[in-house]
Amino acid sequence: MGQQVPIVDYLVLDDGAPHLVAHQCESCGALYFDRRNACAKCGKTSFGTKALSDHGTVRSYTIVHRAAPNIAVPYVSAIVGLDGGGVVKTNIVNVDPDPDHVQLNMPVRMTTFVAGMDDDGTEAVAFGFEPEESA
Amino acid sequence: MADNVWIIGAAMTKFGRYPDKDVVDLASDAALDAMADADAGIHDMNVMAVGSQFEMFTLGQQIQKQIGQTGIPVYNVSNACATGASAVRTVIMAIKAGEADMGLAIGAEQMGKAGLLGNAGKQRDKKNVFEPSGRYGGVMPVEGVLGTGIMPGVFAQAGMEYAAEHDGVGFEQFAKIAEKNHMHSSLNPLAQYQKVFSLDEIMNAPMQAYPNTLLMCCPTGDGAAAVVLVSESKLKTLDPDVRKRAVKVSASVMTSDPWVESGQVQPDVNTLTRMAADQAYEQSGVDPQDLDLVELHDCFATAELVHYDNLRLCEPGGAGAFIDSGGPMRDGKIPVNVSGGLISKGHPIGATGAANIYEVATHLRGEAGDRQVEGAKVGMTHVIGLGSACSVHILEKQAV
Ligand SMILES: [Zn+2]
Repeated sequence: MGQQVPIVDYLVLDDGAPHLVAHQCESCGALYFDRRNACAKCGKTSFGTKALSDHGTVRSYTIVHRAAPNIAVPYVSAIVGLDGGGVVKTNIVNVDPDPDHVQLNMPVRMTTFVAGMDDDGTEAVAFGFEPEESA
Repeated sequence: MADNVWIIGAAMTKFGRYPDKDVVDLASDAALDAMADADAGIHDMNVMAVGSQFEMFTLGQQIQKQIGQTGIPVYNVSNACATGASAVRTVIMAIKAGEADMGLAIGAEQMGKAGLLGNAGKQRDKKNVFEPSGRYGGVMPVEGVLGTGIMPGVFAQAGMEYAAEHDGVGFEQFAKIAEKNHMHSSLNPLAQYQKVFSLDEIMNAPMQAYPNTLLMCCPTGDGAAAVVLVSESKLKTLDPDVRKRAVKVSASVMTSDPWVESGQVQPDVNTLTRMAADQAYEQSGVDPQDLDLVELHDCFATAELVHYDNLRLCEPGGAGAFIDSGGPMRDGKIPVNVSGGLISKGHPIGATGAANIYEVATHLRGEAGDRQVEGAKVGMTHVIGLGSACSVHILEKQAV
């Protein structure tokens, strides 16, 4: 039985419930998932960290039907605005990938799933968002 | 006060596939045609700028070896889909700075049939062990796992965000835009495709990234366009036949994307376009209602719709009603993409921004043949390269 690692470093798996974390500019409060040399909003260089909410709403989405051969289609990609600040790009999971089931402005919550395994059996855990109504 | 800048020559190759030519051939064809159109030669040029996204290695100097090596400065520029417009603007800046009085701008690209879906992921010979790398500490590719970053989906999301915020925008409005542009292209012999499609055919074409079907996405292709620009003081010394056909550059603007909260996960194509349009209207004194035609960056149908609003062609929030009412049709209130747009005229990346300046200038000269917008006096061009770079030009037919 291998271990699990997050697919990206802004997904935290080892500190309570899985959640997203962002670098936050100490001067203006802007949030970044990647490390920044300076803040793109205000130009200052001091950053802290902020845990983000696992609830949000779908600001926009697309249903991808054509992709590179190793990617399963169709899938739903979305831009989710998180409650309390932060915007994340994510797949919408546990929903039928059609426009009748995916709704703009729909409330969603974060979940995690295994996205891949390396040759040592270590699993990469990814996050997705699912409709609040489901499950 | 810097001198005004005018266009005296413009040309483009037909967009399409040229397996028997290279990008230097395409660029040279457009450049020689544009100089002939200007009744000028390479020895009249004091500056040259060349834009290409894929051919990065001194393409301008390679072209000079085909059209004339005169020792003038040449700038090789790259700015994603705004590359061709960046080349034009580089020459405009050189003229405005007083360093040149006549210059040649070229945009060219040879894309072949390259797919835009990205790598399928190489087979690895060595052992695969998850190791965080890069600025996001990723252990494996995230495309399709954490959403999409590929163009059809990114621009679908841009359009759907507008649909989330405004009533009356959905799949059908986006599809109508593609129907319009395919119809327009049937009148343009330089377009890569010249085929009319029904709304049903467009909506039932293979889905790429909802709501963009295959017929709502620009194709890849090859082509080039070139523009000859002069200072106003130089123009006054030229032959009356050249002066008569000259088109004034009333505004030339370039912007990049300012910080917005969602910008790190979804490119914001709106804010920099609005900034560019507003600066262009201010520079030129032109009002949106004065525009006789607009060539805007419809890489996907979803993109064209949001730019109706960004470029102030419709009421705020009214982009859906604008297409529903036929406003952007060639006989509508403000004809948009009468060339067929990127969707059907084609989108050889580096050529696009120069080609839509060719298109608008040709209408203002009254030389656009079957697709001519009758009596056109004022036009706008817009391109956006993701990353992002946006360029807007306003051109006017005036006497000098
Ligand atoms: Zn800041």
